[in-house]
Amino acid sequence: MTAPLLQVQNLQVAFNGQPVVHGIDFSIAAGEKLALVGESGSGKTVSALSLLRLVHNAEVTGSALLAGRDLLQMTEHQLRGVRGDEVAVIFQEPMTALNPLYTVGDQIAEVLQLKKGLTAGQARSATVELLASTGIPEPARRAGAYPHQLSGGQRQRAMIAMALASNPKLLLADEPTTALDVSLRGQILDLLADLQRQHGMAVLLITHDLNLVRRFADRVAVMERGHLVEQGGVAEVFASPQHAYTRMLLASKPGRDVVEAPAEAGEPVLQARGLRVSYPVPLPGLRGWFKKGEFVAVQGADLDIPPGRTLGVIGESGSGKSTLALAALGLLPHGGRLRVTGTDWNEAQNSGQSRALRQRIQVVFQDPFSSLSPRMTVEQIVGEGLLVHEPGLSAAQRRERVVVALADVGLVDDPRHGGDWLQRYPHEFSGGQRQRLAIARALIVGPQLLVLDEPTSALDVTVQKQVLALLQRLQRERGLSYLLITHDVDVIAAMAHEVVVMKDGALLERGHVDRVLQHPQHPYTQALVRAAA
Amino acid sequence: MAAASLSPSRRAWQRFKRNRLGYWSLVIFCVLVVASLFAELLSNDRPLIVRYEGNTYFPMVQDYPETTFGGDFETTTDYLDPFIREQLTRGNNWAVYAPNPYGPKTLNYFAKEPNPSAPTLDNWLGTDDRGRDLLAQLIYGFRVSVLFALALTFIGVVLGVITGAIQGFFGGKTDLVFQRFIEIWGSMPELYLLIIFSAVFAPSISLLLILLSLFGWMGLSDYVRAEFLRNRQLDYVRAARALGLSNAQIIWRHVLPNSLTPVVTFLPFRMSAAILALTSLDFLGLGVPPGTPSLGELLSQGKNNIDAWWISMSTFAVLVITLLLLTFMGDALRDALDPRKAEK
Repeated sequence: MTAPLLQVQNLQVAFNGQPVVHGIDFSIAAGEKLALVGESGSGKTVSALSLLRLVHNAEVTGSALLAGRDLLQMTEHQLRGVRGDEVAVIFQEPMTALNPLYTVGDQIAEVLQLKKGLTAGQARSATVELLASTGIPEPARRAGAYPHQLSGGQRQRAMIAMALASNPKLLLADEPTTALDVSLRGQILDLLADLQRQHGMAVLLITHDLNLVRRFADRVAVMERGHLVEQGGVAEVFASPQHAYTRMLLASKPGRDVVEAPAEAGEPVLQARGLRVSYPVPLPGLRGWFKKGEFVAVQGADLDIPPGRTLGVIGESGSGKSTLALAALGLLPHGGRLRVTGTDWNEAQNSGQSRALRQRIQVVFQDPFSSLSPRMTVEQIVGEGLLVHEPGLSAAQRRERVVVALADVGLVDDPRHGGDWLQRYPHEFSGGQRQRLAIARALIVGPQLLVLDEPTSALDVTVQKQVLALLQRLQRERGLSYLLITHDVDVIAAMAHEVVVMKDGALLERGHVDRVLQHPQHPYTQALVRAAA
Repeated sequence: MAAASLSPSRRAWQRFKRNRLGYWSLVIFCVLVVASLFAELLSNDRPLIVRYEGNTYFPMVQDYPETTFGGDFETTTDYLDPFIREQLTRGNNWAVYAPNPYGPKTLNYFAKEPNPSAPTLDNWLGTDDRGRDLLAQLIYGFRVSVLFALALTFIGVVLGVITGAIQGFFGGKTDLVFQRFIEIWGSMPELYLLIIFSAVFAPSISLLLILLSLFGWMGLSDYVRAEFLRNRQLDYVRAARALGLSNAQIIWRHVLPNSLTPVVTFLPFRMSAAILALTSLDFLGLGVPPGTPSLGELLSQGKNNIDAWWISMSTFAVLVITLLLLTFMGDALRDALDPRKAEK
């Protein structure tokens, strides 16, 4: 057996004396695909990027031998020769990783001229070849495009072309697909695998997504809170995980525990007929001075949500699914009919009845960090709805209700001991706890319908499972209806009764969840389901 | 989770306190301001208490004719008169003077040196070209500057926050119209307006305050507007809308508290800008009415009497120290409120 390409031994990383990576060992052979897996805060990105000293203020010790030379002992000057030459990096968000002021072609050509000493002319043609190899259509034209003129997938392809420009021996891919839509993720991953084979380079894939690992990697290393708890071949680790944490990660696919019986006939909680939402957009040229264009985000949507059931809306970014959620909440002007428990939104707003409707439909947003005001206490945040809808309550009654709501969402075990949570501020809570707070805020006014806008996509997989279980329990116990917006097929499979597939503002396909997921009719749905498998 | 829970503003205050330079600047500045509020006790040409022939007098708050203390005139007593001084210390009589026995307007008719006088035992920092005590003028001038700056900053903040909030929260046409108005308003020649107005109206501090306030709110308004534009589309504002809160409630409870960071950060810098503005207007003779103690007027005297170094040097020192303290505070405040450091 030959020496590995990269041999990392006892790597420790600390910030201000606080260790975050506690001595990990791993190695990558030439041409091997290793996946570094873990939840947020596990230290996987820091471990990988600190090898190239790309992390600010990090104190790194240990050794990392790249083809026999220790990266951690190199001078900054020597390391600069390694970065982007022997080791290249792809970052998560291609929009911020590319310089917006230069064309994509210029940025790739710069690497070629710097690292391979090509002339400007040679670099230009080599750039076009590289872009072509990443599957960008019309590579010669795209080379002259600025990053904002490309789509997300194209930007990531350009990033990959840039990383490959110097023929690296090792590619660090830091969550290369996380910022992309589901159907693109598979394509980018396949592209990486193809290029890896052609160039014979080793890839260190940093990800939280076990599906990606299964599809892509040869070996996997699992990290938990700065420790490497398990590593081995992908097949072995997935088949028989040894460490408890690995088992928990693998078992984190959300389970389905909802009332399956068909809903009783009755008035739907939410009913939309010909729902249409549009935004004004500026028109190009002189016309735009006098007239505004129109961008139709949702076109002719018909929806019904019966009591106690979940309607899942699945689609990619830009499909109009979040617009649909905001319209359902009565926060956007809309055309067509949109009724909540039989009352039309537009009529209610015209007759000043909208406040009563708002009590019946509440919302939980995606990002638990921006959905809670950082300057309010838990009591103020959760109790705010009561101020509006039950102004007659005394402060003590309100506090009692807040504690009960916190117990309902599982933040407090015993309502009698919930008092010490009330005066805390959101920054003291983890993502999952914050999402529970958001649910408590919505529940306290007693709604019949919850709009869940990507409620778990900002959470780690294990936390996601817990939050979904909570939502399922609340639905079983209270007969709540959900309008569930998501891009995640697993979440739909666990939660939804009926499914609607959205693309470019139109509803492509609808039906019972089993039917849609097992026998998708529309090619787009088929691609979505395949990408998630 | 046993540790006491701190609100974000309390945590920012903790971070501010950890910056020793900024924290001590704040402490010293506050001490100076409070001391200057009691300037009458520190620097006054009238004694604080007088015991004369068995009676007690309070010349600081009440006028007494000179005849009260055995003088010849019916006019208000000049307590610097050597004759009166002698009367007040004879026998059982006594008087408590302020540490610096001159007011800002006091002309010492009994000075031993010609005006402007270099620092002496009588006038610790010397006198200006009219014979007024320099230390007294600096103390009162500092007070006028700081109070003026506080008032100007307060008015500017209130106007800036209100206008910025309206533009940022409602956006759209409101924002468009307001922005154009600010552009027009901002291109008015402020200095010429001041010159014109100071020719038309009798100069006074309140006129100056109004004129400077008319133009002082625009910078802040832009920052508040940007914060509102950013915050109003955050999820917690949407959630508040979904809960049915009114616009006023949303602004007051949700958007405003989270949009005040630039306001607080700029407070010390606005203060120092206001002090500088007043000083330079006074220097040009466009500022406070003649006779009001003012740092700018002292600087202009220093320029006219270039060999009387004590005038320009001491005024310069007071200005530098004041502005430095404010800048150190502003620096510390900016660090304390930096969102990138807020999580530590």
